[in-house]
Amino acid sequence: MATAAVVVDAQPIAPEQVSLWSDAWRRLRRNRLALVATIFLTFLVVVALVSLVWTPYRMSEIGVTQTYAPPSSAHLLGADELGRDLLSRLMVGAQVSLVVGVGTQLLVLAVGVPIGLLAGYYRGWLDSVVSFIINVFYGIPDILVAMIMVFLLGPSLRNIIIAIVVTRWMDMARLVRGQAFSLREREFIEAARAAGARPLKMLFGHLFPNALGPIIVQATLGIPAAILFEAFLSFLGVGVQPPTPSWGSMANEGVAAIQYAPHMVIAPSIALSLTLMAFNFLGDGLRDALDPRSRR
Amino acid sequence: MGCATRSTRARDARKELANAILSVRNLRTQFKTDAGPVKAVDGVSFDLFPGESLGIVGESGSGKSVTALSILRLIPDPGRIVGGQVLFRDQDLLQVSDEEIREIRGRDIAMIFQDPQSSLNPVLRTGFQIDEAMLAHKQANSRTAHERTVSLLKKVRIPAAESRAKDYPHQLSGGMRQRAMIAMGLANSPQILIADEPTTALDVTVQAQILELLADLNRELGTAIMMITHNMGVVAGLCTRVIVMYAGQIVEQGPVDQIFESPQHPYTWSLLRSIPRVDALRHERLRSIEGMAPDLLRPPKGCRFHPRCPFRIEKCLVDEPRLEEIHHGQIASCWVTMDRARAEMKADELRDISPGAASGLRPGEIIP
Amino acid sequence: MAQPARADIQQPMSDSTRPMVRVENAVKYFPAGLGQTVKAVDGVSFEIRQGETLGLVGESGCGKTTLGRMVAQLLPVTSGKVFFEDLELTRLRGERLRQQRRQIQIIFQDPFASLDPRMTVGDIIGEPLVNFRVMRGRKLNARVQELLRIVGLNPYFNNRYPHEFSGGQRQRIGIARALALNPKLIVCDEAISALDVSIQAQIVNLLEDLQREFKLTYLFIAHDLSVVRHISDRVMVMYLGKIVEIADSVQTYAEPKHPYTKALLSAIPVPDPKIQRGRRLVELSGEIPSPIKPPSGCRFHTRCPIARLPTPCAEVEPPLEEKGHDHLAACHFSQDV
Repeated sequence: MATAAVVVDAQPIAPEQVSLWSDAWRRLRRNRLALVATIFLTFLVVVALVSLVWTPYRMSEIGVTQTYAPPSSAHLLGADELGRDLLSRLMVGAQVSLVVGVGTQLLVLAVGVPIGLLAGYYRGWLDSVVSFIINVFYGIPDILVAMIMVFLLGPSLRNIIIAIVVTRWMDMARLVRGQAFSLREREFIEAARAAGARPLKMLFGHLFPNALGPIIVQATLGIPAAILFEAFLSFLGVGVQPPTPSWGSMANEGVAAIQYAPHMVIAPSIALSLTLMAFNFLGDGLRDALDPRSRR
Repeated sequence: MGCATRSTRARDARKELANAILSVRNLRTQFKTDAGPVKAVDGVSFDLFPGESLGIVGESGSGKSVTALSILRLIPDPGRIVGGQVLFRDQDLLQVSDEEIREIRGRDIAMIFQDPQSSLNPVLRTGFQIDEAMLAHKQANSRTAHERTVSLLKKVRIPAAESRAKDYPHQLSGGMRQRAMIAMGLANSPQILIADEPTTALDVTVQAQILELLADLNRELGTAIMMITHNMGVVAGLCTRVIVMYAGQIVEQGPVDQIFESPQHPYTWSLLRSIPRVDALRHERLRSIEGMAPDLLRPPKGCRFHPRCPFRIEKCLVDEPRLEEIHHGQIASCWVTMDRARAEMKADELRDISPGAASGLRPGEIIP
Repeated sequence: MAQPARADIQQPMSDSTRPMVRVENAVKYFPAGLGQTVKAVDGVSFEIRQGETLGLVGESGCGKTTLGRMVAQLLPVTSGKVFFEDLELTRLRGERLRQQRRQIQIIFQDPFASLDPRMTVGDIIGEPLVNFRVMRGRKLNARVQELLRIVGLNPYFNNRYPHEFSGGQRQRIGIARALALNPKLIVCDEAISALDVSIQAQIVNLLEDLQREFKLTYLFIAHDLSVVRHISDRVMVMYLGKIVEIADSVQTYAEPKHPYTKALLSAIPVPDPKIQRGRRLVELSGEIPSPIKPPSGCRFHTRCPIARLPTPCAEVEPPLEEKGHDHLAACHFSQDV
């Protein structure tokens, strides 16, 4: 009993501050697949940014080498039917995919979140109207709409984005509506009302931050869907127009020459697949990390 | 309609010195977390004698429920029983095979829980589930099971038992579901019935009826009851012996009259004084306990209650006290004990209940 | 030494003293699908007096939580009126109603659910002040820290998040939030039911201290009659959407004038084995009826030990009237209780 002892305070001090976000971040880091996916996507973003100012060859320059040239040391991925360097075109194609993927989701958020919040929080006639509209939109076949829109407005990256948003905003709206629905019953929402919060504050100060987890997951998983849709449209020929390369249109060109120049279809297909997988793994990882129930 | 007197049970502290039917020795159960093991039950030992009703009382984090679940090896992942013995009929339940413990559960030792929703299968008829309990342990055949089920339902005072047996759980009220649970528990005439907060979720009037029922069953059938609860009133009405738990350990144990009249552990004493009484004649300020229950990841050194104890002395900070007999049949683990606190520290007149207030050992002081 | 009974400290109320809250025939029905309605609160009238603690007790389905929400204006009434200091609250809408929230605040039962998990404690407590633009910046911070201190928490915890605190501490945060606007009335909706016994005592003492210091009035809703008896000046007992008895806390427990109150009291376990052994439980037959189809006449008649059937108990609903000094009960046979 020779050691000194300090009398302890009855109120233990709370351990170091841990916000829910850093807790989620910690869990995401432990998910190997999600980590690898994030690294890949970061790499992809870097490639896309770099390609804004530099590519090994000009992506639209015809004939820098023999047409249908297989991969070589000068042209790592070979050349296409016009002798254009595939690597350069792939890099620029990454731009297109990312712009479409992220751009559509940002717009979907801008449209779907407010609508969903209003419908879910106020319910009543507003919700009935919104639900009706959502169901009507779901009834529209998206490819058909996209093609009609492109036909009417002309094919361009902007119009493709609009077409995708118009056909896919409902997923987000429905999700947010469901979230608002369940959150509005929670006691802290009642407490906010008792504390005098105005409706705008309720929606964006309380409901939105608490629904953010599933919203982020939904948006992340929406990106590969949008990219795939654009690739598909471009594959059909109604997507991005030449000379702008899109992985989809590159694959289309490659399919025609698949017998003697398989490298033309393989490169964009692999790039597309890896990107889609990466976003999906990331989205899954985010979902697990942000799920409040599995908090330890 | 009408009144019923509370059953009078023999409160003789010196029961027939029958051998204990259940002996828990140094039970230790932990839960694995990222930050290390949480010592939910840390060295708990006690006996249960045939036909008695033993109360295990404590607040959340005390380890009372975990103790009960450990006895029947019902601890879910990430929990693990890491030490000790649970002796029942010359066997250590912690060592027997999975097959054997399954046989004992529901046949020799039954358990009922706070929420009957989770124990009763919503898609099966109530009577059928009770039949199953008997058939699974081969205590009846399909013919006799049904008759016995109805008589059990009658015994737990469910009116119109015959038709109730055909009802699904959601068609019964909370109180009736709990009675059905008790019936299921008693189906195979177990020696021990463990009740884990069985009335906490029920209305007050229903709670009183269930407790009466348990008391009567204890008397009539001789089934020993281990009652886990946080409600001292429930213990006072139903139990003959009481165990008080705090921070995963037993801090006091003894016959119910003695514990309530002269508690020896400061926690028990403080707890009794913090409960408002419906029969109080005057409004006295409640003597609460300051602070909160300790973190079981890193329990305080020495006595686990010392950070909140008004009567702590230096020894309490460094040495962990052991359970010792203070009065006949009553044991407590405290270096001071309330007898001494009353005599030397004027415990009964204490106004300031902050830690160390009575003994002068306030927070922040350094002991050389 | 023990303080004298609450009834002694209370000043005798003069008849001209205006009650702070007056509820007139409040009714709340909820749709229950298939064209049925749950009659949660079915014609309730009472008053809350300045500076008092009015306890509201009852078992599940009695409507006490719903009534509390109606007084706090978080639930609109189906019919009836709620007056706060002569102002008819039930007539207000939108912004005017919102302004009234400064006077009536509420503390919720669940300390885990009633705090926004995404906001810091400081923001939660300061939110009412921000909503009404009372103060901001440094003054706001100072007030938040002062409120934390008042409820017994470390003022430097304002940057922490709710999940970092224990149940008792979270409840203190909820109390600090309720105090922020200096309200006159606080509805405590099962404010201590979810807490451990020893923590309950802490919070009860805190509430009593705050009432004294800030001259608060409480509507204290709980199902634990022991606590209600301790903290309340008057007690109101509800059964199946109606009030069955109102009296001061000493009277209610010493001389109940409604058989349900008596049964309720006999059912509460007392933490004293000798006393508990000697008590008699008043057995109520049957179960609590569904609020969708409450019994005719006196709602309690299906379970009442002293009911005279069929007349009058199954046919005539007993009015809530005075059976003794400031002691109301709704029973045809109060004298037999």
